[in-house]
Amino acid sequence: MSNYIKLIALGLVVLFAAIGSNYARDLAYQVHAILVMLIAGGLFIWTLRNTDEPDILVDRSGEYMDGVIRYGVIATAFWGVVGFLVGTFIAFQLAFPVLNFEWAQGLLNFGRLRPLHTSAVIFAFGGNALIATSFYVVQRTSAARLWGGNLAWFVFWGYQLFIVLAATGYVLGGTQSKEYAEPEWYVDLWLTIVWVAYLAVFLGTIVKRKEPHIYVANWFYLAFIVTVAMLHLVNNMTIPVSIWGSKSVIVWSGVQDAMIQWWYGHNAVGFFLTAGFLGMMYYFIPKQAERPVFSYKLSIIHFWALIFLYIWAGPHHLHYTALPDWASTLGMVFSVVLWMPSWGGMINGLMTLSGAWDKLRTDPVIRMMVISVGFYGMSTFEGPMMSIRAVNSLSHYTDWTIGHVHSGALGWNGMITFGALYFLVPVLWKRERLYSLQMVSWHFWLATIGIVLYAASMWVTGIMEGLMWREVDANGFLVNSFADTVAAKFPMYVVRALGGVLFVAGALIMCYNLWMTVRRAPAKEASLTVAVPAE
Amino acid sequence: MEEYTILRQFADSWMLLLLFAFFVGIVIWVFRPGASKEYKDTANIPFRHQDKPATSEEARK
Repeated sequence: MSNYIKLIALGLVVLFAAIGSNYARDLAYQVHAILVMLIAGGLFIWTLRNTDEPDILVDRSGEYMDGVIRYGVIATAFWGVVGFLVGTFIAFQLAFPVLNFEWAQGLLNFGRLRPLHTSAVIFAFGGNALIATSFYVVQRTSAARLWGGNLAWFVFWGYQLFIVLAATGYVLGGTQSKEYAEPEWYVDLWLTIVWVAYLAVFLGTIVKRKEPHIYVANWFYLAFIVTVAMLHLVNNMTIPVSIWGSKSVIVWSGVQDAMIQWWYGHNAVGFFLTAGFLGMMYYFIPKQAERPVFSYKLSIIHFWALIFLYIWAGPHHLHYTALPDWASTLGMVFSVVLWMPSWGGMINGLMTLSGAWDKLRTDPVIRMMVISVGFYGMSTFEGPMMSIRAVNSLSHYTDWTIGHVHSGALGWNGMITFGALYFLVPVLWKRERLYSLQMVSWHFWLATIGIVLYAASMWVTGIMEGLMWREVDANGFLVNSFADTVAAKFPMYVVRALGGVLFVAGALIMCYNLWMTVRRAPAKEASLTVAVPAE
Repeated sequence: MEEYTILRQFADSWMLLLLFAFFVGIVIWVFRPGASKEYKDTANIPFRHQDKPATSEEARK
């Protein structure tokens, strides 16, 4: 019966998308309509062929739902490499403008590829990592199978569709020009549906947990899911111009719109890239170090402090703008206070290793996790400092900001995700160990040196251009033109791009290592006697 | 009074107090007697049920 409802719904979607592809007012919408039509049509045929087939019900309540997590791990590695490659390419575009090819103007120039890079690394790489690890962690720490059956699969594939729609939209010019919230209205609506399903799967699993307590990692994941839903809805309050076009108009105006954008933007950092990844840290570091978290009390206090403070820090993006001074001062003060709970998390992660520091020497995976927490501590010190109005007057609009973002994103988010992948692949594919620890070491050093090159060159070039912009002569005239600063930045741009090359090389080594772990590493003894269901 | 002023006044006074009291309450609650023993057990959750979910008999109350 449910198949008939599915068939009717899919048929209507195909019809609607077909009409949309005909009436489309712009290229991005047209391509998306054709894409949706093909996918819905394929699902229609697939559902039709499975209709009235005998149902084979297998009771899987005695095992965890790991199939969707395996897919999530693969998607994380894949989107990670895509995002890093695009990032490295646009870094070279900045150093060598000739790479903005004439034949690809309006498709592959820096302006079109830059949002593709940020969304690919944050939402595709980071988002898939968060969804996959949260599904893994919530099952293990709740001692319960994922709630909602195939809903988890809907979350996974629905999220991939969101990524594809967003990425193709940017290249074809479908963007609402809000940083980290570029996708247009219909992509936003689709993400809302997927996100509600994600929340339902996660909460449902917590509700049916067999452990009396909710482990701290789940608190962080839940804060991430709930807050991102709220941010997404408020920052995307748009009214489409036409149902057959991608253009929409935001209901907020002027400085309110700017404030809501940076309330969204900074809390995307705070709850997507911090709270969610702290959830990862609170599970995988104790597991890899084989000892419980340093202080559970600290984890609770720093969770609530982080939640209560982060939400106010957004205005520091709008110093010296139309935003009233009291609001930007408020944001600045909260950003500085935020330093404390951030370092509470860092201390908790690092001190989990106390008494097991020797593992740093023997286990490159734990080394990766530890350096990630180190970068977290570094960038959460740098961030509050840059939010101070006087410092911001030098650093804002310069590449210092880009360097700060990357020491956080490559160092903290990237490295903790790599650590989690190295932990997950042998467990999920029931292998005894990783294929090669030496390759993990190579990855560690390539990535670390890459980040150091990146951050250092961006510090130099950022502070340099900040100083050049404000330099005045004896008569009060500006000394440098904008083009002067661009010319002076060339060597640092090259160094930055080389740092990116090292980081990509490390990620490729990881992919090879994980692939060979699945193919070649010895299977776990226990799994040889128990049949592994092919989910 | 206009809506903005009412909301602003509420946010600056009672809501601020409520959020602050909530946070202080959590800190006090974390250090309640007997918490350390309980948290020790909670912190060890990742080291249980690695391979399959808990059966209803072994579910911890």
